Amino acid sequence: MNKTLVTLTASVALCAMAASAEEVRVYNWSDYIDEDLLTKFEEETGIKLIYDVFDSNDVLETKMLAGNSGYDVVVPSGTFLQRQISAGAFQKLDEAQLSNKGNMWGVIEDRTAKYDPDNAYSINYMWGTTGIGVNLAKVQEALGEDAPITSLDLVFNPENMEKLADCGVHFLDAADEIIPAVLAYLGEEPDSHDTDVIAKAEAVLAGVSPYVQKFHSSEYINGLANGDICVAIGWSGDILQARDRAAEAENGVEIAYNAPSEGALMWFDQMAIPVDAPNAEAAHKFLNFIMDAENMAAASNYVYYANGNEASQPMLEEDVIGDPAIYPDAATLENLYTTSPYPPKTQRIVTRMWTKIKSGI
Amino acid sequence: MRRFTLIAIPYAWLLALFLVPFLIVFKISLSDLAMAIPPYTPNLDLSTGWAGFKDFLSQLDFENFIWLTQDDLYWKAYLSSAKIAAISTILTIIVGFPIAYGMARAPEEWRATLLMLVILPFWTSFLIRVYSWMGILSQEGYLNQFLMSIGVISEPLIILNTNIAVYIGIVYTYLPFMILPIYAALEKLDESLLEAAEDLGCSRMSAFWLITVPLSKQGVIAGSFLVFIPTLGEFVIPSLLGGSKTLMIGKVLWEEFFSNRDWPVASAVAVVLLLILIIPIILFQRNEQKQREAEG
Repeated sequence: MNKTLVTLTASVALCAMAASAEEVRVYNWSDYIDEDLLTKFEEETGIKLIYDVFDSNDVLETKMLAGNSGYDVVVPSGTFLQRQISAGAFQKLDEAQLSNKGNMWGVIEDRTAKYDPDNAYSINYMWGTTGIGVNLAKVQEALGEDAPITSLDLVFNPENMEKLADCGVHFLDAADEIIPAVLAYLGEEPDSHDTDVIAKAEAVLAGVSPYVQKFHSSEYINGLANGDICVAIGWSGDILQARDRAAEAENGVEIAYNAPSEGALMWFDQMAIPVDAPNAEAAHKFLNFIMDAENMAAASNYVYYANGNEASQPMLEEDVIGDPAIYPDAATLENLYTTSPYPPKTQRIVTRMWTKIKSGI
Repeated sequence: MRRFTLIAIPYAWLLALFLVPFLIVFKISLSDLAMAIPPYTPNLDLSTGWAGFKDFLSQLDFENFIWLTQDDLYWKAYLSSAKIAAISTILTIIVGFPIAYGMARAPEEWRATLLMLVILPFWTSFLIRVYSWMGILSQEGYLNQFLMSIGVISEPLIILNTNIAVYIGIVYTYLPFMILPIYAALEKLDESLLEAAEDLGCSRMSAFWLITVPLSKQGVIAGSFLVFIPTLGEFVIPSLLGGSKTLMIGKVLWEEFFSNRDWPVASAVAVVLLLILIIPIILFQRNEQKQREAEG
């Protein structure tokens, strides 16, 4: 009996020790960092880094709301962050531990304050736009030289979509990004939560959905790069990745990305620390490491997304900072809109509508 | 005492692994949606004692079940799942029976090896096996490349992201569950019955229909349940191989849980699914019992 007790105590002590030996568990989007940075963090701080990835905000949110996820740093997008803050899922950041906070870019912080007032709970990691990726040759073949590749008319006008259907069109499987885009196309307020206004978007989508080959949030990268599809509504960095993959493969596929002229959704992926994070101190160290200008520049140069770190800008490659598809010029920036989370009842109507648009039921 | 322990073990098993989880899900299905951790109310707070418990009970209601009846999405999804499960079961019988028959008819020294071959795919992760079907069935996949190279088709067939791909995936995955019970039934079959039939002038074909098929009926029934029940709630195969038009209750459940973040309605969908499944499960139990009695 005594012996068991001793072993038990010993193993409990061992567990406690293992937990106190510093480690940090990070849960980030897939393909979203230069992996050299992970080793660099471990070398600089001596903290063991456990890095997991997810591919949808929904999965992350479910883990956050279930509680005790075991993660110390997570990366929700703006609207999801806002909802999770209101559910009490995150802890306030301790600015005393974040010496690099001064590197952050006011332009972005002003916008993320919409989701996280005073940026008290999160720092910006990357941001981008939702727009249209096209295979130039194929689209011009289907619609002629003056195909409206910078306009949402390309994807929401059934006449254009009918001609594009044969070469393949993908839409993001994200109702909260496609519906605002349709509303922008219709000249309505993109962030409208009025169900009558949202119903107008449904009518447009019902007209074009027969010509959409697939609603999916990542397959379009390969699809565009291989020339299997000719148009995708997708995320800026992903379409730029497709462009570069096609260029590297030298398969004759030329991809272009445009933020639609009617206005494009601007989204933000924010790093935050769960309220029940086991290693909050190490988590702050990780955030501070990410906010280091050199590290953030390395991440952006690798994933082709813009970041919210002003000090990193001189260290960005020319094909990142100089590309208006990644860092839009002032005029385009003005034309970008942001959205806010749907209340639960509206969310239900939107999800139901989305199922109907996709499956016809 | 010993007898009590013997009975207690399976019941404790059932209690811990079925009844308790079910009651938790059932309780959530009676709750209301909330933006909190966890995302529903009320939560049982034992510190307030009996009054708190009564208060907790009074906040539960069947609203979410009523909701399920108000939108045709749900019953259409249940029905479509049942249809896909039924067709898949028939397809696995068509494919599985000849395989099981061949195995049972094979020389005895081969049978262990053949049995091994049926079980062997389980050594690879189920997820990887379904993923590899994506590589086979896609437009630039091996199947299309092969068919185009031998000149059967000139344009690639669109199979991936359709219901055909879902059927292929389900039949492939659940085939062993059909083969094994049919094989077990056929292996026990007394060959002298077939010899007697032939001696009495029965053709091989009619002996097969009059003797082999009826005697393997129990195996076919057992296999059908083993395929039908898990297929009804299948999620992984339709989400990887199916398209957006593939409607199955497993996917609806996922959307309730992840997209709507509505745990209470998701739980209600799960409870109804379980109730629907209880019917085939009871039928399955009856069948097993009948078989045991027949043997006893």
